This record gives sequence, C-alpha cells and structure tokens, in this order.
Amino acid sequence: MIGFLFSVVAVLVLVGIALVGVGGLGLKVLFGVIIPYAAVLTFFAGLVYRVVDWGRSPVPFRIPTTCGQEKSLPWIKTNKVDNPCSGGMVLLRMAFEVLTFRSLFRNMKLDYRQGPTIRYSSEKFLWLFAMMFHWAFLVVIIRHARFFTEPIAQWLQGIEHLDGFLEFNLATFGIGLPTIQMSGLILLGGVTLLLVRRIVVPSVRYISLASDWFPLFLITFIALTGILARYVIRVDVVKIKELAMGLATFHPVVPDGISVWFYVHFFLVCVLFAYFPFSKLMHLGGVFLSPTRNLVNNSRAVLHVNPWSYPVKTHAYHEYEDDFREQMIEAGLPVEKTLEEAAAEKAPAAPAPAEADTEVTEEKED
Amino acid sequence: MKLKTLLAKHKSAIVKQWINSIVETYPSETAKFLKSKKDQFSNPVGHTIMAETNNLFEQVMEGIDREKVTPFLDRLIRVRAIQDFTPSQALSFVFSLKYVIRRVVGSEIDTEALDQELVDLEASIDYMALVAFDVFMGCREQLYDLKVKEIHSNAYSLLRRAKILVEQPGEEPENA
Amino acid sequence: MDTKPEFKPGNYLYAAKASALETVGLPNPRDWNPTDDDWKLPADWKGVVREGIAQRLERFRTFKLFMDICVRCGACADKCHFFIGSGDPKNMPVLRAELIRSIYRGEFKTAGKILGRLAGGRKLTEEVIKEWFYYFFQCTECRRCSVFCPYGIDTAEITIIAREIINLLGCNIDWIASPVANCFMTGNHLGLKPHTFKENAEYLLDDIEEYVGVKIEPSFNRKGAEILFVTPSGDIFAEPGIFTFMGYLMLFEHIGLDYTWSTYASEGGNFGFFTSHEMMKRLNAKMYAEAERLGVKWILGGECGHMWRVVHQYMNTLNGPPDFLDQPVNPITGTRFDNAASTKMVHISEFTADLIKNNKLKLDPSQNDHYTVTFHDSCNTSRGMGLLEEPRYIINNVCNNFVDMAPQTIRENTFCCGSGSGLNAGEYLEMRLRGGLPRANAVKRVAEDKGVNMLSCVCAIDRAVFPALMDYWVPGTDVCGVTELVANALVMEGQGEREYNLRGEENPSYVPPPESEGEAEGEAGEEGEE
Repeated sequence: MIGFLFSVVAVLVLVGIALVGVGGLGLKVLFGVIIPYAAVLTFFAGLVYRVVDWGRSPVPFRIPTTCGQEKSLPWIKTNKVDNPCSGGMVLLRMAFEVLTFRSLFRNMKLDYRQGPTIRYSSEKFLWLFAMMFHWAFLVVIIRHARFFTEPIAQWLQGIEHLDGFLEFNLATFGIGLPTIQMSGLILLGGVTLLLVRRIVVPSVRYISLASDWFPLFLITFIALTGILARYVIRVDVVKIKELAMGLATFHPVVPDGISVWFYVHFFLVCVLFAYFPFSKLMHLGGVFLSPTRNLVNNSRAVLHVNPWSYPVKTHAYHEYEDDFREQMIEAGLPVEKTLEEAAAEKAPAAPAPAEADTEVTEEKED
Repeated sequence: MKLKTLLAKHKSAIVKQWINSIVETYPSETAKFLKSKKDQFSNPVGHTIMAETNNLFEQVMEGIDREKVTPFLDRLIRVRAIQDFTPSQALSFVFSLKYVIRRVVGSEIDTEALDQELVDLEASIDYMALVAFDVFMGCREQLYDLKVKEIHSNAYSLLRRAKILVEQPGEEPENA
Repeated sequence: MDTKPEFKPGNYLYAAKASALETVGLPNPRDWNPTDDDWKLPADWKGVVREGIAQRLERFRTFKLFMDICVRCGACADKCHFFIGSGDPKNMPVLRAELIRSIYRGEFKTAGKILGRLAGGRKLTEEVIKEWFYYFFQCTECRRCSVFCPYGIDTAEITIIAREIINLLGCNIDWIASPVANCFMTGNHLGLKPHTFKENAEYLLDDIEEYVGVKIEPSFNRKGAEILFVTPSGDIFAEPGIFTFMGYLMLFEHIGLDYTWSTYASEGGNFGFFTSHEMMKRLNAKMYAEAERLGVKWILGGECGHMWRVVHQYMNTLNGPPDFLDQPVNPITGTRFDNAASTKMVHISEFTADLIKNNKLKLDPSQNDHYTVTFHDSCNTSRGMGLLEEPRYIINNVCNNFVDMAPQTIRENTFCCGSGSGLNAGEYLEMRLRGGLPRANAVKRVAEDKGVNMLSCVCAIDRAVFPALMDYWVPGTDVCGVTELVANALVMEGQGEREYNLRGEENPSYVPPPESEGEAEGEAGEEGEE
C-alpha cells in the first residue's frame, strides 16, 4: 500500500506544483513553453532509445508461443492467426494483438463455467476496461490534434463529429454545454475501472507496485482536469489554440487569460510524456518486439541463425566408442574401430572410466 | 430433534462460516483466491472446499455414518494431505465446525435448552474427526505407496531383468 | 515478496551432486543441501550473478523485454497450475518473474537503485538465491501464462534464464544434473551403456513375440539406414513408456521401414534444456552427429514433450543446418514434409497421421474398445509447436471411444502434468500432486461423466508421472502413449491371437475365433500385475 499512497501523493504534489507555479508565481513561460518542449523531447528521445536498446539484444532462437494448430500436413487445417506460418500471418496476429487485445480477449472466450448461468468474469472485465481505456485514449489524443493544426483536417472533424454524437441529445434538453466528447468520459471511466479493479481484486492488488498506481492516478487526473477545463471552467479555447500553434510552429507565444487549470492539465500531460519512456508504459513499444508473438512458427522449415552462437564441448561418438568399445562388440553392435585398431592407435593412454555411470549400468555388470 | 431444525434453518450461515474457517487456514493471499472463484477448473481447491463442506454438514445433520461420510471427507482431505499442513492443521477443520455452530446458534441453544442435543451432535462431529484421521492417514500412506510404485515403474526393465520385481525395491537407479 | 520459502520434505528438490557437475564441467561442484544454512556459494557469487544477468540481457531480447514491459495486469495470475494447486502467491507467473525483475531493477536500474522498494527494486542477497532455487524449480516452463499475456511475456523464458544464472553458482537439482551428466557420457539420461540399451530393447522384443506373436529384429547403429529414430530413453526403461516403445517397434515393422536405433543418440529428451542454453546445445549435438555418421537421410522423433520443444524451436539453430540430410519424405506414402525442410526431423504423430491418411496401416480399432480415451496435450508440443490435430486424428482412427476434456484445459490451454522441466523427482511428489491437480481435475470430470479410463499422451515425462497423479486424484484411469494405442489396433502380418495386450494383460476386446487353443499364452498373465 506504500506504492498506492506514494502515487496519490506524488500526483497531488504535481498538481500543486502547477497550481503554485502558474497561479502563484506566474511561471507561464516555464509551464507553457519550456517544460512542454523538454517533455516532448524526452518522450521521443526516450522512446527511440528504449526501442533501439531492446532491438540491440538479438533474438537467438525462434520461440513463438503457438496457440493453435501448426502447419504440418496439407490436409490438416492450420490455425494461421494463432500459429502463424508466414510473415503475413504474423502481421495479422500482431494486428489482432495490438488492436483488439486478442490475448486478453482469449480469457473471456474460454471462461467456461459450470451450469446454465452465464457469468461475467473479471478476465472479461479486464479486456473490456483495457479496450475502453486504450481506444478512448487514442481518440482523445487524435482529437487534441485540433489544437495543433490549422486548418483542421476534414477527417479530424469527422472523428470529432462521431465522438460528439451526444451533442444533439443534450441540446434538446437545453443544456448549454460544449459538445460532450464521449472519448473523454470513456477514458475517465476506463481508467477508473482499471484502478478499481486493481484495488478490488486481491491478487492484482498484491502484485501492484508504485509504478502501476502512479500512471493510473496521473491519467485519472489528466482526464479529470481536462474535463474540468472543458466543461466546468470552460477555458478559453481560442487562446489555448494560440499557445499550441505557437509551440507547434516553434514560435511560442504565451497568451494571457488562460485558466490555471489548463496549465495543471497541460503540466500533468507533460509529466506523462516525460515519464513514459522510463516506465511500464513502454509496453506500447514492447508489444511489437515480443518474440513470442512476432515470429513465424516455421523453425523446422527455415533456418534461424543465432548471432552469438559459439562452439561447445560435446562428447563425440569416437570418445563414446572408446569408452564402451569392448562391450559394444560383445553385444554385437557395429563399431568404427576394432579393439586392435583402437589399441594400436593410442597405445600409451588408456581411456578414462566414465564418471557419470549410474548404478543402472554398474548393476548390470555384476 | 429441535436442534436439527435449528441447524437446518441456519444451514447456509453455518456452512459459510465453516468454509471461511477452512479457507483461513491458508495464507491470506491464497485464502482470497480460494474464495474468489467458484469455477471447478480455475479453482479446484476452492471448489472442493465449497462442495464438500456442504455435503459434510448434511452428513452431520443426518448422523455420521462411516461409509457415507468417507467419500466426502476424502475429497477434502486428499487436497489438504499434500499441502503444507501438519496433520493437526490439516484436520482442524472438523473441530472448527463445533465452534461455528456455537457461534451461529449458541444463544438459541441456550434459550431453548438444547444442551443435551448439542452434546450428542458434538459427539457425532468427534466421530467424524476420527474417520477423518483414517482418511488422512490413508492419503499419506498412499503417497508413500505411490513413491515406491513410481520407483518400480521408472526402473521396470531393470527390476524385471534383475528378477526382483516382486521383492523389495532395493537399490534403484536415481534417474528417469 | 518478503515471506521466505521454507524448505520442507516434499516441497523441494535434492541438490545436484558434485560428481554430476564435474562430469560436464559446470561451476562450483560441491555437496550441499537446500536445507543447509550455508549453500557454499562461490566467493564472488554476487559478481557472477550480476555478470550473468548483464550478459543475458545483451543476448536475449526476450529477457530484456520481459524485464521491462510487464504492466502487472494480473491476466496470468490464475493460469499457473502450481498457483491453482498450491495457492502460493509467488506461483503467480507475474510474481515468479518479479523475483528476478526486482533484482534487475535494484541492481541495474537507476530508479530502483535509488528508490529501492518503492520502485520495485531489491538488493541481491543469499536469500534471493534460495528463493530463486525454490521458485524457479517450481515452474515447469509450460508457457500457459504466455498464452494469456497481452505482451506474450513467457515465464518459461524467464525461468530458463534464471536457472541458467543459478547454475553459474552450482545450484542445480540432482534430478536434472545427473541425467545431464549421464546423457553426456552415455547418450541417454538413464546412463544406459550401449549394450544395456540394446539388451533392454531385446527384452521388449521378446514381449512382443510373446503377446503379439511377431518376431521383430530391429537394427542398432546401422550405417546406411534411411531413417534414424530417436525417442526418450525413459520409454525403453520405464512403465508404461515401454509399451509405447513396443508400439514403435511394431509400427515400423508393420510398414517395413528402413530405419535404425542409435545407442549413442539414444536420448530424445534433453535435460540440458533445463540447465542452460549451452548445455542444451551440448547434449542435442548427438542427434545430428549420429545422423551424419550413420549416413541416414532424415530423422524421425518419438513421443516426447520437451524433446520436441528443443527439436522444433532450437535444434536447427543450435547445431544445424544439417546439410548432409535430405528433406524428409515418408518412404511409404511419398509425402514430403515441407514443415521439416530445414531441421529434417519429423514427429512420429505427423508421420503416423500421414500413414493412416494414406491407408497404409491395417487397423482394427475395436481392439481398443475397452478403453474410453482422452488426450492430454503436452505443454511443449502444444504451445511450443502446435501439434494438436495429429494425435487426435490418430486416436480417432485407432480407437472407437475418444472424448476431449473441457476446452479450457486442452490444446493451447492445456494444463501441465505438474512435473515437467525436470521436476519429476520422487522426493517432489507432494508438490507435483499439487501442480498436477488442475490437470487431474479435468480428467476426473471426463472420467466421471464420460467414463474415461485411459489418459493418452505424447510425452515420456507424462507417461512417467501421470500414473501416480491418476492413482491419487482419479483412481482407475490408466496412462498410455498414443503409439501404444496404435499398436493395439495394428493388425500385424502373421500375428498370433491377440489375447493379451502389450502390457501382458488379458485383452477384454479380444474376440476368440471359433476354434482356438491358446497354447503359447499360458504363462503370459503373470506379468500383468501392474
């Protein structure tokens, strides 16, 4: 629980830093320009560094986890996705994994229960929460591109339109809110559910570290402050766009009159960006590199080379025959050299008795 | 007879508390896992505890019959016999039923003056405990027996050739 | 993370003997016991471990990646048979990996070095090594968790590497180290010398003659044979593996295969795989070396789980490519095995399925009518290969009564026998019974509901350990290899009355012809006391 408390406190401290930094000390340039640039730089440099670092370690063996029938005889149906037999199938497997979280989904599908009642299981929830969270996060990020582009692309508006289809309904109730973007709410919902799951499921709580709690709280607060800024405080979007365009075009400007809560939101996002490459959030990059998922199961059909392979000491056949020649001949087993040939070849040295013989063999000789 | 009616009325509460008392003999994280999943395949240990406590409680209500109670005890004890328990820990669950019954229906027993019936019931639980000892020992003895059998099987050819298959295992090879 | 493992009889494995380590030149040979306070680690053991971890981070992308990307989502938590059967939280795959991940953070990562526990880091102590020994020899490398992990994190891979690291300190178990030493010197885990191996086979040939009435004369170490056949040595020695071995002999005789056995490459299994990648390579080298010496065209491999993990996923990389071999072609059917084009080794189930598909076997499945059979998918062949349909196709053709177990306990979801990866030692029986509980539980279900009385498998370790597991949890269920079922159904040329099965038991499915004497079978029944 130390990790839990630490993470809550850490996120609250971060919020406090932004509040004091901008609200109290007025360090708008620091929080509006310097920190964002530093964070983005850290993010990309860190991301590249980590991926390259992983990539530097080779994949010495071809060891995919096979989750279906292999390609063997032509009349046996291969499970091409779960046991890919070609590069294309690997792409498909990876696409399913990355886009639909197939492995997590597997849990749900195979959650077979006794009796007629169909019960939802925690595994199913994990898949659902994870899908909600990740997809909503993606949409939210894409949506934020509107702040950094001018004019706003057609497809971006399309996404916003889809995302905000609740607008109409709310307008009929006469509630004068900005368009409700579902993605933000789903993101907040998803992250909250993941958090609750982590607290409620005993085994998951037991395995959780500070580095698991911290990103959840951080993202929760990012979503909360974002929603707060948009719907409650109703920050001045035009000015924020001015700031964002300035950053995007490398002509930073810091307009006055932006709410401090925007800066809190923005600062937390910067922290997330900077933290990302050094945390478990790197699973984003790692999933593509995972050798148990991204390799073709054709180890017997195509040679896979281990770049650091080195010669090893083996016990060669001729040594083996030297150890047992007499008994082999007695038992009628073919040998490479007769006793005489062997004796003639190495007259001085007698073969050392085999150390490893067990009682099995010992007993036989009695 | 009145006690049995009382027990029948409170059956679910008693069984639930009894299950809890058994589950609590496991380390805390284990205990949570055992209680969390009812699926027979995902959680065979938890499933066994839940199913067999219920059966055993019904046996207690009916009056313990060695023949009838043994299979239920066996399924439960068979699991505990190979887990990290001493014999006393493994079998303590039988006695904990007494405390659970007193805890759940104790006050009603007092007010209804069912003490004598309670004594009889507890005697029957004690008898179940004795049967449980036999079952536990049976499982442990089978374990030793299996070890010997496995050594036999692993060295089957050797033993047969040495013509000692039906005699003592003696000096076996260590590896299979 | 803080509760220390308690080494109690039944829950730990005996330590490797000094002599076994010396035979193969492994470090720090000494006599010791896990219950000792002092494990007699080498003087600079911390340096050795740090160096060992660092080197493996550079060599294995799996290891490096798996140390970094776990999000502790808990999807794997209840997938481990040892966790399900024992309830010990450190048997959750995620925590098994954390045992080494925490050291990686504490010793290699800045955050972990500074923040320690808060960043999930730990310092390397002797207690950590003891814990590793306890828990990494409590993982059967079955990969079930890896199926459910959204990033494919494979605890088997972590266990393999962790074992490799503690082997640098001389901390191995006897049940692995002794077979490794034996295999190195004599070619097989049991330490059978060449003549003993042959004599053992001859005993089984006598049995076949007695029960089936067919005299078979296979060859050993014969140069110029078309195919080299390699199978785990347990099958020539242990019950019920020997019946599968007899099955191979009958099958090859039935189709007139030009093949040979080798006493030098007399072990399909590879306990080196449970020691280190290097040791796996050293032991595996014999197969190709012998194939080359004998001048065979290709290699056929018997029923074994981890053997096939090694053959399928490692062998060609380790000791190949075997350019001296031809691409495997079934000489009876003419089928070319494209999936083995490079490694040049074919699984007996692929081979047999092809024979049956092409109608090359004369079968009488009614001989297995007294069995209701289910099939246990071995972890290695299902999750490290994908051999799922072939054995089922075979069984369905040689038996009339086959039922599968519940879907979440078979195929890629199969539950381990609880004794894989070298843990099948006698002293470990209690732990194995815990680990085998989920599998036994699924068998019990089909035994009760569908009347299953025979558990078939394609793995020698399964055959060695399931009898005890079944006796304890599902009494009345027997264990056999798939090829034994094939042999039961084979109608051999010139066979006698099949009054007895390969086990020397009376065959309940035998229907006597109108006039039968049954002279030779008089004393056969004596053998069948198992």
